[in-house]
Amino acid sequence: MSELSSLPRRPAETSDFANVGRAAWWQRGFFASQTAYVGLALVVVIVAMTLANPTFLSAGNVANVAKNFSFIAIATLGITLVIITGGIDLSVGAVMCLAAMVTSMTMQGLDQAGMALLPGLSMLLAVVAGLAAAAVVGLVNGVLIARVGLSPFVTTLGMLSIVRGLSYVVSNGRGSYPAGSDADLFYGLTSGDLFGIPAPFIYLVLLAGLMGFVLHHTAWGRYVFAVGGNEKAAELTGVPVARMKIAVYTLSALAAGFNGIVMSGWLGSAPANLADGYELNIIAAAVIGGANLAGGVGGPVGAVIGCVLIEVIRNGLVLANVNAYWQKALVGCIIILAVLVDKFRTRRAG
Amino acid sequence: MTTPIVEMRGIVKSFGAVHALKGVDLHLMPGEILGLVGDNSAGKSTLMKVLTGAYHRDAGEVLVNGAPTHFRSPHESRDVGIEMIYQDFALCGNMDVGQNIFLGRWPKRYGLFVDRPRMYEEARKVLDRLKVDVNSVFQKVESLSGGRQQSVAIARAISFEPQVIVFDEPTANLSVMATERLLETMAELKRQGVAQIIISHRLTDIFEVGDRIMVLKRGENVGDRYIRHTSEKEVLELIVSGTRETALTADEALQQAA
Repeated sequence: MSELSSLPRRPAETSDFANVGRAAWWQRGFFASQTAYVGLALVVVIVAMTLANPTFLSAGNVANVAKNFSFIAIATLGITLVIITGGIDLSVGAVMCLAAMVTSMTMQGLDQAGMALLPGLSMLLAVVAGLAAAAVVGLVNGVLIARVGLSPFVTTLGMLSIVRGLSYVVSNGRGSYPAGSDADLFYGLTSGDLFGIPAPFIYLVLLAGLMGFVLHHTAWGRYVFAVGGNEKAAELTGVPVARMKIAVYTLSALAAGFNGIVMSGWLGSAPANLADGYELNIIAAAVIGGANLAGGVGGPVGAVIGCVLIEVIRNGLVLANVNAYWQKALVGCIIILAVLVDKFRTRRAG
Repeated sequence: MTTPIVEMRGIVKSFGAVHALKGVDLHLMPGEILGLVGDNSAGKSTLMKVLTGAYHRDAGEVLVNGAPTHFRSPHESRDVGIEMIYQDFALCGNMDVGQNIFLGRWPKRYGLFVDRPRMYEEARKVLDRLKVDVNSVFQKVESLSGGRQQSVAIARAISFEPQVIVFDEPTANLSVMATERLLETMAELKRQGVAQIIISHRLTDIFEVGDRIMVLKRGENVGDRYIRHTSEKEVLELIVSGTRETALTADEALQQAA
């Protein structure tokens, strides 16, 4: 293209990006994100709590904390996907309950029907049934939002009520509990330890790793961010926006369902009010960890950090003999503080 | 005579009771820069959306390289080499320059994973062709100025190797410097043989880079002139008080003047 060189070169004006090199490593990517400084705040809180009460870092307490935050963290991973696309899912708490209940009832039913042919089979079928129930809820959410065009807030608010109501109806308000020949196996895999590590924590780490990889290295993951960044632009350039939305709502429900099933193992039952109101904790954890409700920003690391921070503060307050009722108020303060700091930071950068 | 790259004949488009286009003609030659002007609600954007397939015409014909077309969406017009750059650029602010240039069609490995090294390399090549410096295909788009964001939008458009680029009010939100740069880019694209249509309120810009200017008024053609043989004053008169009778074609107008 020799004819191109005839264009007079005006360095200061034609070189569009000359004055913006790649920012230093600590000013870009993860390190410039809300997730990073909330992570830093978490470290500070942990150090402070350890100084105040050395039992905080004891093996027993750490395992306890790890288990406790895992109970909402898997659902937080799922809702983070929805939040990245610019949506919201209020039905996660109710879905946790529904999936746990379907699993418990299926396990009991299969056992009573004499279907427990192989050890573990009825548990496996029960878990699949619970997850399938959750997936159906997510699919309905997704189709109503992406294809019919309803608002995510209203759709999932309605679904919260429908699903919670169903849980009361099928159990007559009494709930259910995992029972049968596979019950011990079920309890072992949900609230027990695997290789000396709490099982829910292992599931969380595996799922978070998988999610991080998929979000950053696959086209599917990049689509999630494109939909949240500018839906119209994504649509124009051929991103299957509707399909992506249906997928994230389904995955959010699946994650919540799995989390509910694990939780019922820890509780030893699936009461009809299981995870009642948890949707707010889950959304709070995602937002504290850096997911932006306006869409386009978020990730598994943030989701996990948000959950850990909430649990560490709850746990620390208990160890410090502070009235546990303060926890909710404090979590609220942290949500606002985290978003506030981000606001100041971006204003300075902009 | 060479075939026009785009020819639109008798385009009619109504939105309910509003007749946005009442039989508009347009032609564009290869490598030509055509300015499309007119008051608000003259039908400029509507005409361009009919061209790209974002709107479906009620009547009339659209020919690309002499062949009749019926685009149902901008994806289909893109396949024959027509790109539109929107006023708001249609970029994802949360993603970097490289990812925006290849938005939705990132180079892949094993059909699943985004091949980042290749994506950034190809993004750099496209920006090179545009003659904009590429220190940062890693920069997040939301941190760029309006002019630079537009460069990214243009880079994305030319990465499809288009024959025609439509700019919707490209200079409306740009600084003087950025406007200068954009006009240079347009001249550069012209040298590379890309035909362009510019919708703009700023006649000065069109007079600087354009070959021809077409005036619409309330959904009708009211003027078509060669830039070299007209003046901003004449065009302004056409915009304000042009009629079907003043429409002519650029060649007729030239003969009449002679």
